[in-house]
Amino acid sequence: MASKAVYSHRDPMLKKRDDFEDMLEERRNSSDLRYALKCYTPVLYKGLTPCKVSELKQMVLQSDQLGYVITQVSKEKGVTSDEVTGEAAAILEEMAQRLQLSTVRFFAFTLSKVFKTLFRSICINEEGLQRLQQAIHNHPVVLLPSHRSYMDFLLMSYILYTYDLALPVIAAGMDFMGMKVVGEMLRMSGAFFIRRSFGGDKLYWAVFSEYVKIMLKNGYAPVEFFLEGTRSRTAKSLTPKLGLLNIVMDPFLKGEVFDISLVPVSISYERTLEEALYARELLGVPKPKESTSGLFKARKILSEDYGSIHVYFGQPVSVRSLAESRVNRSQFNLIPRHIPTRPSEEILSFVNDSAYRLVRAQEENMVLKPWVLLAFVLLQKQAAEEKQGTALDELTEQAVWLRDLSRQYGAFLHWPDHIPPSEVVSSSLSLHRGLVRISEGRVQLALEQVGGQQVPGETRGAITPEEELLNKAVVILSCASYRNQALNVFIRPALLASAIHTAASNRKQEIYNSFSFLRNMFSNEFILCPGATVQDFEEACYLLVKTGTLQINQQEVLITERGHRTLAFLTSVLDPFLQGYQVVCRFLCEQDGLTEKQFIPAVRKFIIKHLLTGRLRYTEVLSSDLQKNALAALIRLGAVQKIKGGEEQGTLKLNKVMLNSLEDTLGGKLPTQKSVVAHL
Amino acid sequence: MPSQVTHELLLICTCLCSCLSLRSTPHQLCRVQSQGCKASICILISQNSNRIVTVVEIYIFAKQAQPRILTCTYIHFFHRQEIMKWNGWGYSDSKFLYNKKGQAEFTGKRYRLSGMIIPGLREWMESTFSANLQHKTPAAPILNSSAVQPPTLNEAFLKELKSTGIPFSHDAEDRVFRSHGHCLHEIFALREGKIGRVPDLVVWPNCHNDVVKIVELACKHNVCLIPYGGGTSVSSALECPPEETRSIVSLDTSQMNRILWIDEKNLTAHVEAGIVGQDLERLLNESGYCTGHEPDSMEFSSLGGWVATRASGMKKNIYGNIEDLVVHIKMVTPRGVIEKSCQGPRMSTGPDVHHFIMGSEGTLGVVTEVTMKIRPMPEYQKYGSVVFPNFEMGVACLREVARQRCAPASIRLMDNEQFKFGHALKPQVSSIFTSFLDGLKKFYITKFKGFDPNRLCVATLLFEGDREKVLQHEKQVYDIAAKFGGLAAGEDNGQRGYMLTFVIAYLRDLGMDYYVIGESFETSMPWDRVLDICRNVKARIVRECKDKGVQFPPLSTCRVTQTYDAGACVYFYFAFNYRGLILFCSREEILANGGSLSHHHGVGKLRKEWMRESISSVGMGMLKSVKDYVDPNNIFGNRNLL
Ligand SMILES: Cc1cc2nc3c(=O)[nH]c(=O)nc-3n(C[C@H](O)[C@H](O)[C@H](O)COP(=O)(O)OP(=O)(O)OC[C@H]3O[C@@H](n4cnc5c(N)ncnc54)[C@H](O)[C@@H]3O)c2cc1C
Repeated sequence: MASKAVYSHRDPMLKKRDDFEDMLEERRNSSDLRYALKCYTPVLYKGLTPCKVSELKQMVLQSDQLGYVITQVSKEKGVTSDEVTGEAAAILEEMAQRLQLSTVRFFAFTLSKVFKTLFRSICINEEGLQRLQQAIHNHPVVLLPSHRSYMDFLLMSYILYTYDLALPVIAAGMDFMGMKVVGEMLRMSGAFFIRRSFGGDKLYWAVFSEYVKIMLKNGYAPVEFFLEGTRSRTAKSLTPKLGLLNIVMDPFLKGEVFDISLVPVSISYERTLEEALYARELLGVPKPKESTSGLFKARKILSEDYGSIHVYFGQPVSVRSLAESRVNRSQFNLIPRHIPTRPSEEILSFVNDSAYRLVRAQEENMVLKPWVLLAFVLLQKQAAEEKQGTALDELTEQAVWLRDLSRQYGAFLHWPDHIPPSEVVSSSLSLHRGLVRISEGRVQLALEQVGGQQVPGETRGAITPEEELLNKAVVILSCASYRNQALNVFIRPALLASAIHTAASNRKQEIYNSFSFLRNMFSNEFILCPGATVQDFEEACYLLVKTGTLQINQQEVLITERGHRTLAFLTSVLDPFLQGYQVVCRFLCEQDGLTEKQFIPAVRKFIIKHLLTGRLRYTEVLSSDLQKNALAALIRLGAVQKIKGGEEQGTLKLNKVMLNSLEDTLGGKLPTQKSVVAHL
Repeated sequence: MPSQVTHELLLICTCLCSCLSLRSTPHQLCRVQSQGCKASICILISQNSNRIVTVVEIYIFAKQAQPRILTCTYIHFFHRQEIMKWNGWGYSDSKFLYNKKGQAEFTGKRYRLSGMIIPGLREWMESTFSANLQHKTPAAPILNSSAVQPPTLNEAFLKELKSTGIPFSHDAEDRVFRSHGHCLHEIFALREGKIGRVPDLVVWPNCHNDVVKIVELACKHNVCLIPYGGGTSVSSALECPPEETRSIVSLDTSQMNRILWIDEKNLTAHVEAGIVGQDLERLLNESGYCTGHEPDSMEFSSLGGWVATRASGMKKNIYGNIEDLVVHIKMVTPRGVIEKSCQGPRMSTGPDVHHFIMGSEGTLGVVTEVTMKIRPMPEYQKYGSVVFPNFEMGVACLREVARQRCAPASIRLMDNEQFKFGHALKPQVSSIFTSFLDGLKKFYITKFKGFDPNRLCVATLLFEGDREKVLQHEKQVYDIAAKFGGLAAGEDNGQRGYMLTFVIAYLRDLGMDYYVIGESFETSMPWDRVLDICRNVKARIVRECKDKGVQFPPLSTCRVTQTYDAGACVYFYFAFNYRGLILFCSREEILANGGSLSHHHGVGKLRKEWMRESISSVGMGMLKSVKDYVDPNNIFGNRNLL
């Protein structure tokens, strides 16, 4: 437990961050064509033996690793190894990138044009790029950008090209391949394509992992992929996927390279291109297939002001130092390294922890705009059913209060301090005018007018209450996606605030128990590193004590006079999620027999009913993301069991006693240590 | 005393020696003192060319035409330190230094490099280490006896020892000399005049039976024994455990240095364990034989030491490592003498007890006699060398050579840094270039077009056997090399490479004079990890130096010194300007990458902490139970291995 509370956390306020430069500024002042044709001579890896795309493929096909699997597969399937090799070659053909400078130059030219019309500025921390250059020179590099938009990887390559840095090869999902021309273009700008699922396909896995490793080990190019696996539709970071991280760490763990640098990159959009698209997706309006024409349409619709982008290249993280005194590398000594082996528990947990660390590093350097804070206020007001909206100066006051709070918690907030707050607020509102309505000096979310405008193709005629609700929900979820950008700043204090709120007494031990319960419950929802409960608790305590919200002594946690406002705010941050998870529990309690496939549509219907009857306040609970996370958490906790294989494949087996108890505990009706889950 | 008299005295001594039935003629007059008509002379009687074995002090009446012997004391000061350095490597007369002109020079007469100017060395040293020759840290020139703790003597033991007539000494110099091996930290401490726990007594048994007596007495009086062979240990094996409270006795085997018999029918020789490598070879050569066991330390290391550490010789490809060469071993333990009852070439009699002895590092007893295989001396020897465009190609070639099982007597591959270093050691005659680096470039660019002088590397070769076969073998190896881009680079380069191995050890002392310290270490590994380990360990050294605040990047280099069917042995060298804690990390890196704890230097105390990890807990338990049975009271208390 947190008995030996060491409040030695580095003060987040003192976090040092680099300054930004706007890279579009030069584009606006000089020729794009000349820029696209500029001399490009990046610094390369010092151990690089240059090789061509075709040689790369040869190396993969001739590698011992692949050879081993080919023999294995040919024995298993009873076909000749030549056939399997042919299959492997075909997989590789489908997968491989064909990076060529001319395509990159083409993109550099067109993207310059596009970016200049869409964005006010693209701000980069140039010091981060210098660090990256150094890293590329010294060790193989893995670039790990956050993933919020289709733009991300084009943007990354664009930046690297502009700053004369080595162009990366990028792991991309196969869905792009649907767009013929674009797919090939992307391939030629360094993308390589991976099937979304290839579960048991040994051969595919072998080709894929060997391909990535060879590019990485030889320093052919920095390898770029998205730790989150896919674009986050909610703007919250997603639980990291470990497959690729495992692959890129392997050469270090097996001693094939001295070290590998992992570089987290945080890309923050002031306005996301896919804003409404995501909201609709989360609400179950099926997402348009990622086809070329779709993308172009999207661009046409979106030809308006998207504010600025901030890209922060974080401190390179050395895999060697991550592994130091954590991983016993000699475990790889007894099996030839080309024989594929399942990573040990030790390695898996190491990779997992590293992944969380990296995602947190991404989160920490995400730039937050004032609008993000406004979204907090507006959503809370909306949920409180303040129909007439919020007065502008009240909104400003609250935003300024939040500004100060979030800064104390270490948020990377870009609030222009030289401009009067009221102006900051009004310019933020005007950039997001699609989401808010201002009338008579009062601001509220633009819930009513949305209908016909934002959801084209919807059937005309009378709008049902359900449709109306969904239309509202689009705006609310869009708005929530901005609020979500800052959730990571508040999540630990918010968990603590809620724990204080639900705990029966102010005894520290009891609060810790509640905290631990909530944290465990929400660890699919937020980036909370497994096994770090004590650290998180201490971090939250530290922040709340430092900001004068709490006083904590040996035994007790006391709320200060001025602490109430902060605590109220913090509890309200977590409240939609608390309520949401309760509804999901309630829903499941009322089911008999349900398959995983049926879950989302059914729970959605259930929630709509609750919302329409006013039993549930938070429209955002309609987000399928929340619902999925809740289900995953319940499965993890054992309240729901997913049946694998057999007749009942995919059926959810429900432990209703536990679900009931979880619901009550979340609602604060049961003390955590008494509930079924306390000893989970 | 006039030299004429000196000469005369020597002659007299020769007679004396035969009277005293010493085995050898006097070698050198070491001290002559005269007082009035009495004189005392001190003669070194050396059985072998360069090793002090016995000192006889004779008092004579020198005034008369026929000097008359007054007394003759057979004193057993086996002052190795009179011809060997007490705080550095090798012979006192041989060392590198910068002469008045600032040129590097190797002194003495013993080696081919002796007496030569080495023009490139200075530039190499300055550019590699950013060392400044203005900044010197000379070693403490002589041992300050007062820095040595007075001996803890076990009087009862001493009394009984005296009655056996086995020579002993508790002179400070004798004790300090036997208190260390040649690890960097050991030599560094001596140079600084820092002296830790040293043996309290040194004994010189003359034969197996003497050892039996000593071990019995040690057991009886609970005295700690540490066998001492040539003192070339590089694993802290000879360091006295500081926590040892008993009297520590160093058992110096140097007097047990005879070849007891040679069996030409079976091609074996029975030898006392204290014999030193070069003597063993020379004596066998006189009969037309050799063992072919040539560790780089063979000038000083002993047969018993090899057995105790599982040593490996340069020419193991033809002759085998020590475990292949040994046919029979006799060892005295606290439980008694262990030896097998026959000398069959191979036996299946349970686990081979020789393997408890080999590598026991002085923890179980004293190896006293060994039967070794011998071979007729080779008819023909030929050196060679091959230049490869890079290290990777070189390793691939060595691997292929091993695959085809056609490795010459020795094949070694130096990396680029070491290749450059080798060049820096070229003596004056062959260098017509003004600057070392220029010369290097010119030489290699003109000779090996397309080879990058900053990447190329060199393999040195030694072939042995009958002439015809050697030439055939040579062709086979060069043909393989050619497939890996290797070009023959001449016999000279090869020979020089091997010659240098003997003088390189001297170089560390020069470095230390100028704040440059260095160390080497070895490991063995499977073939597929050779390149990775070489790269990672060298990179780790560089990184640790940087992290530890070493101002200038270190020299970090390696060479593949042995090839096997399933792997290779690699030697790493590093050196840098100033101090650090690099060895630990390097070993950690080796183990993490699938290298072994040691290929031949052994564990000693330096690498003890990794033993369990290396051989498993059960393995440790096995060794421990052997130790507990053989030596329950830890008489052989050097605390190596376990
Ligand atoms: C410059 C240099 C080059 C070297 N090159 C090589 C090389 O090429 N190959 C190689 O294998 N090693 C090499 N070594 C390491 C060293 O020479 C070997 O470990 C050698 O076998 C030690 O022999 P020694 O007689 O000097 O033993 P010592 O250093 O005196 O003792 C080593 C250990 O063996 C024990 N011991 C010694 N004699 C006996 C005995 N008779 N009975 C029982 N225990 C005994 C000692 O107690 C001690 O623990 C090198 C060392 C140096 C400094």
